[in-house]
Amino acid sequence: MLRKDIVRMFRIWVQTFLPNVITSVLYFAVFGTMLGSRIGDMQGVSYMLFVVPGIVMLSIVTSSYANSSFTFFQSKFFMRSIEEILVSPTPSWLLVAGFATGGIVRGVMVGALVLLISLFFTGLTISVFNALVIFSFAILTALVFSLAGLVNGIYAKSIDAINIVPTFVLTPLVYLGGVFYSVEVLPGWWHTLTLFNPIFYIINGFRYGFLGLADVPLATCFTILGAFIALGIAVNWYLLRTGLGLHQ
Amino acid sequence: MTYALTIQELRKTYASGTEALKGVSLTILEGDFFALLGPNGAGKTTIIGTIVSLVNKTSGTVSVFGHDIDREPEKAKQQIGIVPQELNFNIFEKPIDIVVNQAGYYGIPRSIAIPRAEKLLKDLGIGDKMYRKAMELSGGMKRRLLIARALIHQPRFLILDEPTAGVDVELRRGMWEYLRNLTKEGITILLTTHYLEEAEQLASHIAVINKGMIIASGTLEEILKLYDESATFGGGYRGGRLEEVFLQLTKEK
Repeated sequence: MLRKDIVRMFRIWVQTFLPNVITSVLYFAVFGTMLGSRIGDMQGVSYMLFVVPGIVMLSIVTSSYANSSFTFFQSKFFMRSIEEILVSPTPSWLLVAGFATGGIVRGVMVGALVLLISLFFTGLTISVFNALVIFSFAILTALVFSLAGLVNGIYAKSIDAINIVPTFVLTPLVYLGGVFYSVEVLPGWWHTLTLFNPIFYIINGFRYGFLGLADVPLATCFTILGAFIALGIAVNWYLLRTGLGLHQ
Repeated sequence: MTYALTIQELRKTYASGTEALKGVSLTILEGDFFALLGPNGAGKTTIIGTIVSLVNKTSGTVSVFGHDIDREPEKAKQQIGIVPQELNFNIFEKPIDIVVNQAGYYGIPRSIAIPRAEKLLKDLGIGDKMYRKAMELSGGMKRRLLIARALIHQPRFLILDEPTAGVDVELRRGMWEYLRNLTKEGITILLTTHYLEEAEQLASHIAVINKGMIIASGTLEEILKLYDESATFGGGYRGGRLEEVFLQLTKEK
């Protein structure tokens, strides 16, 4: 299943890898270079270096989510090829693992591409405070959003339902989660509100890996990621095991 | 005597309130060629969907070679190969990949799956198209691809849901021969079809379902004995004997 998904994502690379790369180039050009030069420093580092982890994370979140949600929905709705798997003895936990790993592969690959591109905008300099933290956050975040996308794909009854969550939930959460700013610059009420945004912790932890800067302790970020992973695995396993949203 | 399939008091009511199955009980012996006949909407596909776990039953039990589909779903599914009524593969993939990927879902390594898939596709007459995209196959070839996919894990129980729908006469005869050979190899077959001649040619046991209930079941000879000459439609010959019996059994009273 994983092999099939990877072959698919490379076959249609224009749809799976290119859009995130182009969007990121625009972010780096507009926010990093054009506006960044006027903003100056953020938490003691240049604005360009500050936004790189957030933009990389943005691409990981959207790619991993899109991969599992669309792959599952397409095989359920357009081709009904999901039946190939559902009639087989493949256990539910393995299905969850397969779809989630596909999302991780795409999320991390897109993240790596965006990080590579960021080097052109940062003058080939990138700060790495702790590579292990960077790698852990990339994998775990991709896993969280693959699992979330899978829930969406299982439940979705139309293509609109696949687009609604990324457009109206995911994108606002990511943008308001501190991709382009530190919560330190926010007024009191907004600062408090941001603490309820789970993506804030993810971006924070990831940024810590690059810059050694964080608004909240790293342990809190890992705990929140761990909780979402456990929840995502449990919900997906239950949905596939019982056939809710799938079986008639 | 081993039963390939045992269904007891199977009921299914869909969320819309439609009662598709009203207490169906059915047994199929190992090695049998069993035809399940019924008009459109009678409940045939719901029964098949339940056996392969695509439909959640409301009540009743289903077991395949003694493995209950609720308690031992993986063991039950391992025994089954399914040829669905509608095409359900990715048309952008190659036939060889579709079949080999299916083998993967049954835990068969690619080193075994690839030669096995190539042989199956050649035997079914699509060997020269196995490395082209599935969308390039003709309707009959797509149907045969479904059969190859269903057989890749060497199931003991093959379910065919209207496998020859839309297939020309010559090709249909070829598929009949292929299915007969499978029975000789010991594979149990459950067939649903609207071509009653097909059931008459292939099946040794037949059940007729109408409005969610089995209304007749037995050997082909036993079913044919139900023929009531006084109730013949239109007063003359309309088709094979089985077709007459079917019409008599399922007509609106």
